[in-house]
Amino acid sequence: MKAEALARIAAIARKEVRQLRRDRLTFGMIVALPVMQLLLFGYAINQDVRHLRAGVADLAGTQRARLLVQDAQATQVVEVVERARSAPELEALLRSGAISVGLLLPPDFERRVERGDRAPAQLLVDGSDPIVLGAARGITQLPVRTRAPAPRPATDTFEVRAYYNPERRSQVQIVPGLMGVILTMTMVLFTAVAIVRERERGNLELLINTPVRTPELMVGKILPYMAIGMVQVTLIILVGYFLFDVPIRGSLFDVYVAGFVFVTTSLTLGLFISTVAATQVQAFQLTFFTFLPQILLSGFMFPFDGMPRAAQWIAELFPLTHFVRIIRGILLRGAALADVRAEIWPLLAFLCVAMTASIARFRKRLD
Amino acid sequence: MSDVAIEAHGLTRRFGDHVAVDRIDLAIPRARIYGFLGPNGSGKTTTIRMLCGLLRPSAGGARVLGCQIPRDAAALRRKIGYMTQRFSLYEELTVRENLDFMGEIYTLPAARRRERIDALLADFHLDRPDQRAGTLSGGQRQRLALAASLIHEPELLFLDEPTSAVDPQNRREFWESLFGLVDRGTTILVSTHYMDEAERCHALAILDDGKIVAEGAPRDLEAQIGAVVLEIETDEMRGARAALASVRGLWSVAQLGTRLHALIDPAVADAEAAVRAALSQSGVNARVEVAVASLEDVFVAATTERGAAP
Repeated sequence: MKAEALARIAAIARKEVRQLRRDRLTFGMIVALPVMQLLLFGYAINQDVRHLRAGVADLAGTQRARLLVQDAQATQVVEVVERARSAPELEALLRSGAISVGLLLPPDFERRVERGDRAPAQLLVDGSDPIVLGAARGITQLPVRTRAPAPRPATDTFEVRAYYNPERRSQVQIVPGLMGVILTMTMVLFTAVAIVRERERGNLELLINTPVRTPELMVGKILPYMAIGMVQVTLIILVGYFLFDVPIRGSLFDVYVAGFVFVTTSLTLGLFISTVAATQVQAFQLTFFTFLPQILLSGFMFPFDGMPRAAQWIAELFPLTHFVRIIRGILLRGAALADVRAEIWPLLAFLCVAMTASIARFRKRLD
Repeated sequence: MSDVAIEAHGLTRRFGDHVAVDRIDLAIPRARIYGFLGPNGSGKTTTIRMLCGLLRPSAGGARVLGCQIPRDAAALRRKIGYMTQRFSLYEELTVRENLDFMGEIYTLPAARRRERIDALLADFHLDRPDQRAGTLSGGQRQRLALAASLIHEPELLFLDEPTSAVDPQNRREFWESLFGLVDRGTTILVSTHYMDEAERCHALAILDDGKIVAEGAPRDLEAQIGAVVLEIETDEMRGARAALASVRGLWSVAQLGTRLHALIDPAVADAEAAVRAALSQSGVNARVEVAVASLEDVFVAATTERGAAP
């Protein structure tokens, strides 16, 4: 009796292995998923943030001011990528997302150093990301170099001015990004199963026999979901605004335009998955496969600046990365679409590539 | 306009090493029902798919309604209807919604669409247009699928095993509608593995292992069967079967109630005498006579002939 049961168990196990071996996608996922997760969690989740993109407005122009900027860079906490000629220009850079910290050395920098009663310089920080804010605080006590060894100054060198989220509430930080995450998950999944389901149920054999063209089929498939996506955008904004007091500092119209572009991009990604996957289960798996790195690397969970270079390059390929930047910019920093247009183009490019690839992959034939 | 609907020359399709369809020639006249009779895996569906332009032939070519396949496949789509083996309409949609969808896909003007749908609902006795397609019975589904494939009034209709899941009564009604269509000039290509369906076709091709092994009108095929058909009536079935097994050139024995149908290679001289001798040698009491071949006999003869040949 026992031997029979074991034999049956073995038979089932053998069959499973055979099926699995023939399902190359799942087989690949068995290896790729853990490896990918390990790499992502190991490298990306680095709370020790370095190389924050920084802008400098050196209005003092003295040697000590230059040395201070050099010293700040030497800590590796900041990396100067932009130069501004005025305080408003520095603020604009911060708002557009080009930098996440701004070093402002005022014209009376020297006098402030001599007097020592207030911080000689200012650190403008994008407070919408608490981890960035925490990291930037690490350089506030950076000493100003003086010729003679000076007594420890009574004040910090930098006075921190946290922009956009002065109360530093994490919901304010998380909800806009969460909009992107929710949209990615639902939108990609909706369309990922769309064509596969038709194939599985035999509908496709009928459809490809009709005069309907591939692009028509593709667009027709995503159209209803676009509307659903806009409903989701509305829901998230309402919940964010009324439940979590997430501000809407930019224009609501811009939020919807950005949301629309992102929804369409995500749907197209789903459509592409649908042309690759052979079954609905595979489509689910592939969706998850694209979802995980997007969440981890997009800057939603962990600050973008804290990730290694390679991870940043990869993250630039993901729609979610750009949308998180856009939506935080509009909602939290009051940026206009024009301010964040550098993040819109990658979304549109992704959309075009994914759509073209989907249409190219989908054949109106069975061979 | 040519009176030939489908013309194929050396149509071949390979899947890897496997030859699914092997150098098929066809000349199917318009306004006729032409049948593909063959067992599963004989290449019926693959041939139909090639003729629709869904699969590219590995070799050979075909002209369907004057369109070169697969080059003019897009132009052909508007002129043909295709009813797949599996129910391929949307189960979540109602009968009317499904027809509406198909009408829209074929871009019929709204008024024409309503007119067509009403006509089809009446013609095919789809008297509950608001029922979900998923909850229809086998026969209703089949009628809906046929109605959907006719929404744009195609000149040529491909039916791939259309009545697999349909009871005999429904099957008969289904065929009545097909003849109605043919009367109006539609050409129908139907694949089946049912003899009674094949018998209704104007002409048919028997497919086996990707090849056409016999072709013609059912009556002609029965008359020209390349085998000797003997009917053996006996009470001793087991004994008779055992005795027949020793007869040289025996292709097949099929039991029909208290009778046996034996197919014997026509090359065997005086098969009837050989069978009588074998039976009496085994002490089996039986009545043996030459019988008129049925289509099933033709099918068995056609599909075993090649295998039996040296």
